[in-house]
Amino acid sequence: MSGNTIASEIVAARNLTAGYLDNTVWREASFNINRGEFVAIIGPNGAGKTTLFRLILGLQKPLDGNIEIFNTEPKRGNPLIGYVPQRHGIDSETNLESLELVRLAYSGKRWGFSLSPQDREAALWAMRDVGAEELAHRSLNVLSGGELQRIFLAEALVSRPELLLLDEPLSNLDLKREKDLVQLVNSVVRSRNVTALLIAHNINPLLPFLDKVIFIANGKVATGKPEEVLTSESLSALYGVPVEVLHDSRGNVAIVGIEQHHGDK
Amino acid sequence: MAFSANFVTDLQELFRYPFMQHALEAGTIVAVIAGIVGYFVVLRRSSFAAHALSHIGFAGAAGAVLFAVSPVYGLLLFTGVGGSTMAVLSPRAAHRDVHIGTVLAFMLGLGVLFISLYAGNSSQTYSILFGQILGISSSDVLLTLAAGVIILAVVVIVYRPLLFSSLDEDVAEAKGMPTFLLGIVFMLLVAVATSIAVQVVGVLLIFSLMVTPAAIAQQLAKRARTAIMISVTIALVATWIGLSIAYYGPPYPVSFYITTLVFSFYLLVRFVYRRVRPLRADRAILQAS
Repeated sequence: MSGNTIASEIVAARNLTAGYLDNTVWREASFNINRGEFVAIIGPNGAGKTTLFRLILGLQKPLDGNIEIFNTEPKRGNPLIGYVPQRHGIDSETNLESLELVRLAYSGKRWGFSLSPQDREAALWAMRDVGAEELAHRSLNVLSGGELQRIFLAEALVSRPELLLLDEPLSNLDLKREKDLVQLVNSVVRSRNVTALLIAHNINPLLPFLDKVIFIANGKVATGKPEEVLTSESLSALYGVPVEVLHDSRGNVAIVGIEQHHGDK
Repeated sequence: MAFSANFVTDLQELFRYPFMQHALEAGTIVAVIAGIVGYFVVLRRSSFAAHALSHIGFAGAAGAVLFAVSPVYGLLLFTGVGGSTMAVLSPRAAHRDVHIGTVLAFMLGLGVLFISLYAGNSSQTYSILFGQILGISSSDVLLTLAAGVIILAVVVIVYRPLLFSSLDEDVAEAKGMPTFLLGIVFMLLVAVATSIAVQVVGVLLIFSLMVTPAAIAQQLAKRARTAIMISVTIALVATWIGLSIAYYGPPYPVSFYITTLVFSFYLLVRFVYRRVRPLRADRAILQAS
């Protein structure tokens, strides 16, 4: 999938340990993520999945080890990164046109008052790219969960990033919309050769498209191709207790033997 | 004052006395500023902050009265200090209410102390609580104008980053925008706007200019600049009509008329417009299909 491009490292972690002050969340993670890869980050609640994003975004320093993004230290405000957080300030009371939000994502960093034709063009391009053009003039508070995620994706893509960080975009979506959004992210990754890291609870809708999985649990991080990581041996080693990975006839996996299951919801 | 059928004469009559001139000038400036700042207050879900700042302002005004200086200086000092303290204590929106409440309680405590120490009459306290627009002096108007111009200039400069960080704070932070600084700037904008608006509607009725017009506007318009214009228009119309009724009609407090007018707009939009709008949306969908 990413074999025909130069395998340049987008994210490189060496013995990386993350946490807050004296509270270590996970330790000694070493992995590479290359250009054009679609990577899922899976793990129980509180395992430190968002912490990894915070390290990449330069919002938090590692406790130990080293992480490089585009071969340099992470820094806040890196224009090469597009970010879709788990939480947004947008709720059912936010009566604002979607187009305006995406335009602001493009030009909001600049001081001043007026919006320009350039940011309108950039926003419309990004919305077209995620199939959300017809939502441009609709208000955010009337959009469905799936439509909102498309807008947030456009918001992240509007500055033409090379790395996309998506924090649980699939939560609160039904199975059909979950599948649609995963296919959309996959098509963005493949058509633009961008790299995407997506945090999810359920790996199954992602499995057909993934290049890599980062599994975070029990203070440890396992990385590799899905078929390497999602095995009984690998996950048993990660959790430190016997874990079994079961496969059904459609290729879905279910992880059993631990408190939190990551198979089909 | 009698109301004649001649609109021009009535308008001239309104400007005949200096106290009415000052009231209209200060009322106009305050309505414009409150309408603009109020939009961000509503967007950031910060109406409790606006409420708290106006009450903190009351404590400041009481202190100013005690030390025999103009209440507006006490208002500016206390709301400025209170607002920036709230922003520093609680840079993120989550749990902000608790920090605001803590600062509010402490500063209101100071207000109680100031009032108990003040031995003079309580008419000034009353005017701070409910507004005293007809008692505005020409120097008050100048101070209001200066504060208004500063607020307007700051809003023009920070408009885009403030709007975006109000909508999507996490993305703004990741994009390297100064969200912490913007939080402080926002609180200071509310602090100064509150201080000047207190003259018109008083501490207790601040929402009538600072929150309700913007809340109505947000229901009516889905573009920020249109909503801000509507918010300003509602605040302006309510202030002007409120002043005119108090002048020509029963001489009840102007702030009472303003709050009643704004509330009527609110009810109208909430119950009439909301019923009309879904019908229009259905029609648009039918036409599109």
